[in-house]
Amino acid sequence: MTRHIDIRKNTYLDSVSLMSMSTKANALEGVSQAFIAMATPMNKEVLANLNITDPAIEAAKPSDLMIIVDAADDQLDNAISGVEDILARKNSGGADAAAVRYRTLDGAFEEAADTNLVIISVNGAFAAREARKALNAGKHVMIFSDNVSVEDEVELKTLAHEKGLLVMGPDCGTAIINGTGLAFANAVRRGSIGIVGASGTGSQEVSVRVHDFGGGVSQLIGTGGRDLSTEVGGISMIDGIRALDADPETKVILVVSKPPAEEVADKVLAVAGAASKPVIVTFLGSTRTESGYDNVKLVSGTKPAAAAAVIASGVDESTLDMHPLNLPLIAEVQAKLAPEQKYVRGLFCGGTLCDEAMFAALAKYDNVYSNIQKDPSYTMGATDASKEHTYLDMGDDDFTDGRPHPMIDPSLRLQRLVQEADDPEVGVIAMDFIVGFGSHEDPVGVTIPAIKEAKAKAEARGQHLEILGYVLGTDLDTPAVEDQIAQLEAAGVTIASSSTNLGLLAREFVAKGNN
Amino acid sequence: MSVNDLFSSDLKPVNLGLDMFADDLRAQGATPVLMDWTPPGGGDPEIISALGRLERPEIAEKIDAANQEALSRILAAQPFLDGFGQAIDTVPGMTKTTILHSGPPITWERMCGPMKGAVTGALVFEGLAKDLDEAGELAASGEITFSPCHEHQSVGSMAGVTSASMWVHKVTNRTHGNTAYTNLSEQLSKILRFGANDQSVIDRLNWMRDVFGPVLSEAMKLNEDGLDLRLMLSQALHMGDEAHNRNVAGTTLLIQALAPYILETDFTTKEKREVFDFVASSDYFSGPTWMVTAKAAMDAANGIENSTVVTTMARNGVDFGIRVSGTGGQWFTGPAQQVVGPMFAGYTPADSGLDMGDSAITETYGIGGFAMAAAPAIVALVGGTVQEAMGYSKTMNAITTGNNPNVTIPALDFMGVPSGIDVRKVIETGILPLINTAIAHKDPGIGMIGAGIVHPPVEAFQQALLELSRRIAQ
Repeated sequence: MTRHIDIRKNTYLDSVSLMSMSTKANALEGVSQAFIAMATPMNKEVLANLNITDPAIEAAKPSDLMIIVDAADDQLDNAISGVEDILARKNSGGADAAAVRYRTLDGAFEEAADTNLVIISVNGAFAAREARKALNAGKHVMIFSDNVSVEDEVELKTLAHEKGLLVMGPDCGTAIINGTGLAFANAVRRGSIGIVGASGTGSQEVSVRVHDFGGGVSQLIGTGGRDLSTEVGGISMIDGIRALDADPETKVILVVSKPPAEEVADKVLAVAGAASKPVIVTFLGSTRTESGYDNVKLVSGTKPAAAAAVIASGVDESTLDMHPLNLPLIAEVQAKLAPEQKYVRGLFCGGTLCDEAMFAALAKYDNVYSNIQKDPSYTMGATDASKEHTYLDMGDDDFTDGRPHPMIDPSLRLQRLVQEADDPEVGVIAMDFIVGFGSHEDPVGVTIPAIKEAKAKAEARGQHLEILGYVLGTDLDTPAVEDQIAQLEAAGVTIASSSTNLGLLAREFVAKGNN
Repeated sequence: MSVNDLFSSDLKPVNLGLDMFADDLRAQGATPVLMDWTPPGGGDPEIISALGRLERPEIAEKIDAANQEALSRILAAQPFLDGFGQAIDTVPGMTKTTILHSGPPITWERMCGPMKGAVTGALVFEGLAKDLDEAGELAASGEITFSPCHEHQSVGSMAGVTSASMWVHKVTNRTHGNTAYTNLSEQLSKILRFGANDQSVIDRLNWMRDVFGPVLSEAMKLNEDGLDLRLMLSQALHMGDEAHNRNVAGTTLLIQALAPYILETDFTTKEKREVFDFVASSDYFSGPTWMVTAKAAMDAANGIENSTVVTTMARNGVDFGIRVSGTGGQWFTGPAQQVVGPMFAGYTPADSGLDMGDSAITETYGIGGFAMAAAPAIVALVGGTVQEAMGYSKTMNAITTGNNPNVTIPALDFMGVPSGIDVRKVIETGILPLINTAIAHKDPGIGMIGAGIVHPPVEAFQQALLELSRRIAQ
């Protein structure tokens, strides 16, 4: 320990600045104690009480500045230079204008009057209140937050409609406005297809498929999953379709939703039918096939819907790589599975991806269990063990209570993956991996060890466990979809090229055992 | 802006919530406006629902009108220094065995170390106990009446301990006719109000009783007009004071106004010289004067039905209490907080006591921390830049009812100080009033060891909001 004493003659600093400097100096690395003070009798007495005495201190006058630093021998030079920096006030720069943060939306709007959209991702209990403020200030709103009451949703959407504003959400996971992805979104080409989606990952999926087919997206408007319920009545969907109809950049409108309430479906189709542009509609799991309007085409599945939109936008159909199902692959996998490996376990981050795969399974099998099954006798909870065919939406509320969404934090899904591999009746585990803005930076990489463990468990009992993966993303995303696929293939995972194919392949892989 | 206008404009997003979304927006070339948002009412559903009731248009209209009345009284108040007197002769309800203290009501048992030190010192000073040990027994015996200064039209800095023979300012609000009181600055740091109570402290109190108080009192008797304290305060802010932690200008103005009358008194030159030397020994001489100025204004705004304007913020070193115009004398309390700021050489945060004193009446009025931008010389107290100090004063606009055109901040284009703290706005924004204050050592007898900033506990405002909602909106 070395003591450094520096008395600066006739150097005045005010006591408040000195206290602040002393406090900073004491926080320097290697400093055991530091004093920066004027040599007043009182300060000299304080030092004397702490047994810090020196002839130089005694001789110092009240107009002199005392700098005393105790530091470890090898750190004294650093400490002294740190104190010099503090005395020179080198750290006092102007405030960084970009770092300004506002406490209230009213405050933000006052200072940044030209803002035009507010993305709200605070706890759902407070989201409606903030959204109301934004709408009343004339701003468009995207509400990422869930757990907003349906009453609040109706009130907000009615208010927005009256003001000619857009409310995306609550529980709206994705949007692309003017080419900028909001919340969870993929980097896709700009183009002439305007998307309105009442399902987050469903919207992401169709935007990625459009990009993959060579098309582009003008706008992607999310509505939140409850918009097409009887209570809400499709307010945002209808306003969204009308806005895209009036948008000169949009040539084709693509609508994607989980199954809507029947009367709301009628209403939405009527609005689509009144539009001046072709409208492609996919209501996942709906049995409707006819829209009743010449310009409105009902399509089953996200990939066919995207293809139809891309073709309608003017892309030559013959240039499309439709990625048809690989029938020899299906036979090959079926041959590898033992007779008792009859079941699919789907572990999904994306709700709509889970829906689409589940509906594909339901078209062939009855015994399909899920936490998002509508039929109560096939409904299961987050803590229930899987049974026969099980498709889990692990982004649903019962899995995310108190933890982040699996698109951000995959840990719960990793546990479940290893757990499913214990069941000898499981033939296929189907999984989605979502990349892009908002998502985990390497969703595949973090899952590889669990994939290996699951496969090893099956192998130990002499079985082949087929793991089927689908990576939702584009070549423009970070990480790029190709890199993620390469990692999966290296781990022996079979790759599906779309959400639609994921559901169909999973179903077919186990078809032999179920016949 | 219609949806289609949005499509043809540059996207200018505000990101309220997860910062990762803002990062992604920036990565795509957008410049999101960032928020530092906290849930209203600390996220408590009961509080949010009470706030919602108070926000109903017909209720809000009543409250807004009442708050305008409260604000207009605060702004119209004209506190004048009329003179000095001994507490026993002037302060309402004072008795020989009464000890007034700062903050909300508190029993002897719950008092913090410095306040106990001040109480025992005062009992010795008053001759009620022969020494500190006996004073401690007397304080615990139940024979002493403890009462908050605020409940006696008074304020007291730090421990606020005021006993019968101490001299106090008499300040009259000439607009509304009410009077307020506070005792005299003891100046140096080892003093009764910080819990020091050795013989040097008692000796000083004796001199203040026998010389200082009488000199000031006689001087003011010769000044028949009284002193316009609001005018003087306004000048002090223009000279770089915020009138809580910086009082250099105010003290100079005050002693300048008193000096001719002091000279005219019949006291000896030696005594007058002692008074001038004592005043010159610390810039804090006028600190209590600005407190009592604020008190005289805030008392005028108390008791207005439906008003959610805060009229008292005060701490006793254990509890932080507020009182609100629409709920009269009722206290709403929460735990006193640690003051954060630079400390004198040789002390660390572990040495500091909790927030104490009635001096937050200055912030309640709109000076002190609220007028931080007027006092760039002391921005080190808040650990920031001058620009940040400007920001503090502007931030307080978000929780106040209006601005005081009589007390202005030159550097903010003569913005009036933010006045009339609104409980609703505090709860809604999560912005707590900013208080500049001293740091007392946690042990009695040591005194001031630093200065910094502190905020009230949100609990006090939450309780006030619930009571206001019960009274106004049910």
